[in-house]
Amino acid sequence: MIVAERKPLKEITGMLQGKQRVLVVGCNTCVTICMAGGRKEVAILASALRLAGIEHVGEETVERQCDLEFLGPLTKLGEYDCLLSTACGIGVQLLSDLFPNLPVYPALNTKFLGVNEDLGRWSERCQSCGDCILDRTGGICPIARCSKSLLNGPCGGSQNGKCEVNGDVDCAWQLIYDRLAARGELDRLETIFLPKDWSHSRDGGPRRIRREDVAL
Amino acid sequence: MKAGSRLEKVLAAGHFAVCGEMGPPRSADAQAIRKKAQYFRGYVDAVNVTDNQTAVVRVSSIASCLILQEEGLEPVVQMTCRDRNRLAIQSDLLGAAALGLKNVLCLTGDHQSFGDHPTAKNVYDIDSIQLIWGVDQMRKGKFMGGEEIKVPPQFFIGGAANPFGDPFAMRVPRLAKKVQAGCDFIQTQVVFDVPRFAKWMEEVRDRGLHKQVYIMAGVLPTRSVRALRYMQQDVAGVTIPDEYIRRMEQAADPAEEGVKMAVELIQQLREIEGVAGVHLMPVMWESIVPRLVEEAGLYPRPVVDDD
Repeated sequence: MIVAERKPLKEITGMLQGKQRVLVVGCNTCVTICMAGGRKEVAILASALRLAGIEHVGEETVERQCDLEFLGPLTKLGEYDCLLSTACGIGVQLLSDLFPNLPVYPALNTKFLGVNEDLGRWSERCQSCGDCILDRTGGICPIARCSKSLLNGPCGGSQNGKCEVNGDVDCAWQLIYDRLAARGELDRLETIFLPKDWSHSRDGGPRRIRREDVAL
Repeated sequence: MKAGSRLEKVLAAGHFAVCGEMGPPRSADAQAIRKKAQYFRGYVDAVNVTDNQTAVVRVSSIASCLILQEEGLEPVVQMTCRDRNRLAIQSDLLGAAALGLKNVLCLTGDHQSFGDHPTAKNVYDIDSIQLIWGVDQMRKGKFMGGEEIKVPPQFFIGGAANPFGDPFAMRVPRLAKKVQAGCDFIQTQVVFDVPRFAKWMEEVRDRGLHKQVYIMAGVLPTRSVRALRYMQQDVAGVTIPDEYIRRMEQAADPAEEGVKMAVELIQQLREIEGVAGVHLMPVMWESIVPRLVEEAGLYPRPVVDDD
């Protein structure tokens, strides 16, 4: 899922300076699961904004803010000075497209594509490089999980299974090594991984997919 | 001969090589580079110049190398992947070769979070092994992208190895990959833990890698227990046995003890089969190099042709 985190209230009220009618728009998908921008978080944020002195704060949570199909109900809403989206950056942008005359502000920082490790703990797993290599690395992505995105093994800073950049972070290459060792596939690590084709990643420009088989 | 550099000739002739290393200044101070050069002249076969080491901005390695070359020293350009993509790296390397620089050490580079611009974006378009492969392609007359290079840059290609990083079992396979990618010489992380280094070398010999690549062991002379402790505690990938800390603590003259320790380490490393030389990293203590080389019995340096 897309994992996000709410911005500090001060930053949000800073964006909303001078606005008296604010609609907070949540999303029922990823940001609900990571407890950053679902119905419940929308209610909490709306209360905080009222306490901060904003006259009228509306609340609305849609099923998926990244999909126009679910945004229809929003067009029938009353008068607002601006929208405050508690979705990821995708939701913020789609709302902006839908309401080009209204400012749409982001209430969250979109952090990464990741997993819920435990209660209150999320971590990154994928950088959507557009050309998956997980078949070669034991199902553990060094692009997302190694601080230097190394493709040919650990740097000299891997120590006791941890990354030199942050002692709380596992060294991705230690994880890859352990998994391949357990599977008896260490020979995979002897082959040179040649420079990656990053054109499938964001480096190739904004990406899009067109599928004629499902297009109308 | 791959590049015919002085370092390559010294190693090819079977001499026990001595390299030095210097960090360029954090300002446009050519004089500081020339001053440090005097400590190395005649005492080492080549001098590495770091490339924004620990992710702190300094005079570029190539520019510093050119100054060292003017000073009559043989430089080793350090090239990291942190700050440049494959276009910039190849462009800089063509420039280095055009300026007459012949040795290049290929590194991934310290993460920018350790340096003076922690908010910078990093590049890491390629990693050190891919860089070695790329420089080897270049000297064979091809850009990394596949197109022909009419006048290929001829480099003596180096790489780093850290026998003290984890997982230990991946350290020799990684070296093997560097050799396979086209690496000619290796400079290791600083060695204090000689038994672990010896164990690594044993695996290196088991694979016959010492016959395919010149391995130079890293030695770091230090003059304070504080510096040693810092390395032990805060520098990932460096292991320092407590015995060295104790010796420095108890020393009446820590600088003297530091020289003694470094000389001992050089002698112990020289005894290990397959070690082709030492790489001296006198961080902030370049002036000690002449004494170290002399006391280790490595002076004078061999004369090779075309010097």
